[in-house]
Amino acid sequence: MAQAPVLPRGFELPLKQRLPRIGAIDQVAVEGRAADLAKRSIKKDAKVWALELAIRCCDLTTLEGQDTPGKVAALCSKAIRPDPSDPNVPSVAAICVYPNLIPTAKERLAGSAVKVASVATAFPSGQSPLDVKIRDVEDAVAMGADEIDMVIDRGAFLSGRYAKVFDEIVKVKEACGGAHLKVILEVSELGTYDNVRRASLLAMAAGGDFIKTSTGKLPGAATLPVQLVMLEAIRDVHEETGRKVGMKPAGGIRTAKNAIQYLVQVHETLGPDWLTPDLYRLGASSLVNDILMQLRKEKTGAYQSKDYFTND
Amino acid sequence: MTDLEKRSDRSPVPADWTYAPAPESTDIVRLQERYGLYVGGEWLDTKEHFATIAPRDESPLAEVAQASGADVQNAVAAAREAFGSWSKLPGSERAKYLFRIARILAERSREFAVLESLNGGKPIKESRDVDLPLAAAHFFYYAGWADKLEYAFPNRSPKPLGVAGQIIPWNFPLLMLAWKIAPALAAGNTVVLKPAETTPLTALLFCDVVRQAELPPGVVNIVTGDGSTGAALVESEVDKIAFTGSTDVGKAIQRRLAGSGKKVTLELGGKAANIVFDDCALDQAVEGIVNGIYFNQGHVCCAGSRLFVQESIYEPVVEKLKKRMTTLRVGDPLDKNTDVGAINSRMQLEKIEELVAAGKEEGAEIYQPPCRLPEKGYWFAPTVFTNVAQSYRIAQEEIFGPVLSVLTFRTPDEAVEKANNTPYGLSAGVWTEKGSRILWMAERLRAGVVWANTFNRFDPTSPFGGYKESGFGREGGLHGMEPYLDFE
Repeated sequence: MAQAPVLPRGFELPLKQRLPRIGAIDQVAVEGRAADLAKRSIKKDAKVWALELAIRCCDLTTLEGQDTPGKVAALCSKAIRPDPSDPNVPSVAAICVYPNLIPTAKERLAGSAVKVASVATAFPSGQSPLDVKIRDVEDAVAMGADEIDMVIDRGAFLSGRYAKVFDEIVKVKEACGGAHLKVILEVSELGTYDNVRRASLLAMAAGGDFIKTSTGKLPGAATLPVQLVMLEAIRDVHEETGRKVGMKPAGGIRTAKNAIQYLVQVHETLGPDWLTPDLYRLGASSLVNDILMQLRKEKTGAYQSKDYFTND
Repeated sequence: MTDLEKRSDRSPVPADWTYAPAPESTDIVRLQERYGLYVGGEWLDTKEHFATIAPRDESPLAEVAQASGADVQNAVAAAREAFGSWSKLPGSERAKYLFRIARILAERSREFAVLESLNGGKPIKESRDVDLPLAAAHFFYYAGWADKLEYAFPNRSPKPLGVAGQIIPWNFPLLMLAWKIAPALAAGNTVVLKPAETTPLTALLFCDVVRQAELPPGVVNIVTGDGSTGAALVESEVDKIAFTGSTDVGKAIQRRLAGSGKKVTLELGGKAANIVFDDCALDQAVEGIVNGIYFNQGHVCCAGSRLFVQESIYEPVVEKLKKRMTTLRVGDPLDKNTDVGAINSRMQLEKIEELVAAGKEEGAEIYQPPCRLPEKGYWFAPTVFTNVAQSYRIAQEEIFGPVLSVLTFRTPDEAVEKANNTPYGLSAGVWTEKGSRILWMAERLRAGVVWANTFNRFDPTSPFGGYKESGFGREGGLHGMEPYLDFE
């Protein structure tokens, strides 16, 4: 007896009127909408609230070959108390490091609410055999990572082997156990917004808790239109299944103004429910100091020199 | 974690993010208490005046002149006198003046944008990002044609007509002024322009740009007033009438000018079809629907006021549209975060209310997102009607407000048939990812402009105008020069 091919979860054929499962993105229009939203003028209390939220959602990141326990320890102190002179400034959400530095981070962050995220799965290229990637994840989890940032196999994706991409995410999710899984699409290698949408839906269907734009290792990482495409995919999944998937833009977000533009987009696309570190993260290394500078300006009325903020 | 770090104290997190008001300051605009008529490079006073107000709170802004028939004749005479030397200037010299006007408009754009929003009610983000840049672009564009007319119309000896009488509407006051004045002057005509009764202020401020640009006296004359002033201009000794406004008034003008030898172009109403196919980029199409009807509170002759959705995606489109509407920010036009501003006048508000009541009575289902409208001023919440039949008034008559009627279709043929089934034909929109279908539709839609995967986009190089009762003649592009020229 002939049987219909089994479709991955979330890709079943529609029984009722609904939008096309994958759908398309119009480049001109999505860039236009992103540019419009970027013009929102956020002032006074609303600005302070947004800046504090940006800090609470921040994944403070260092992913360098030259990372050392000393560097990570300094970053952890920054993560817990970004501005030692102002106790009202909240902690960041997490710090994001390579697996070898997880123990250092765990130790320094013990007792705080700051999570430890680790990249894994042959970051940043993902071009290794699956068992190596799984082992990478298992090790990171065993060393105490609360969150795993994996990369998808772009080589497989771009050659149309979507099932391979899908299966890998499913297996990595299993290996994560209780750790949260963020799936990095590396959008600057995907080439089109259509591909970004396709990869987003794939990653969510395969069980990703978050979808993330970039590794931060390539130019042209997170952009406002790319985030908008991903947020719309998250919205579609939520509307159809009720499941809430998180969003993390990463790479290239350096100014407080830019961070607020990202938050405005989330606010006006997914609504206030997503404005929490549980569902939204900003991956950044140099953003926090600019936010601190803006916060102090809002509170004191004057800009202070960069020398008053620690470089960690 | 160190002890010091443990002591950190967190401020409580509020539940919702409310944007603080971000009003654009009105200090940049200096209004006179009373304005006269700008005729022959001078300000002339009149006997009668009327107040012009801010629709956001009905506060009076200034007194403007009510031009009588004699005043209009006076202005036409001034334009006639200026025509002799202006039309004989080399095109390259006329171009210099137009370039100068364009530059001054760009330089003073914030001042103009604030005044446009104050007097007209449209959101500052639109007057700042759309009206002003486009108005300056029109002057830049037509300045470029002024010395190239022989090349633009080879072997046809283009000559200016003389004096052009121009009557413009209240929805894009300065932009419509630019659409009218720039090509007329580039062609070598002089003009008498009458701004709309409710929105005269940017046209009056434009007189200061004319002065700054040292345009010869009488080349541009501005007469303000009500409908009777417009009627007097139509009756006067002008060589051409260019009118943008309602179809009813357009018909009256055409009747009046029949057999008079005066040239006429009319840009009138519309009831545009925005057609959404099931293979479209859905979220962008929803954005386009919103932009098509809620842009400038729907006070747009080419607004996409009839939405045709393919039945196979009717429910998701309507759901997404309603959800999107809840994020529209309705309020003070001068707040930089406002998406939908004030209705232009009490008269227009009453017309919208009447048609919306008719829609409810006829059996259409109404949806309005929850939004708190200011107590003073003229406001109408963004509205969408579903369950609309082709025969309902809201599907046939131009509402000219933030009111959308949703209808459905099954096949491309049916979409074309329903879209064309209207006395109007100004614009249409098509949303599909299929390029061949866009071309197929554009060939069959009886509309002056067909937008594909976008809506309400304007450019000085692109001709704009209607079919059927949406008028005739084109504005913009080289086509927009022709109505201001005589050919041998």
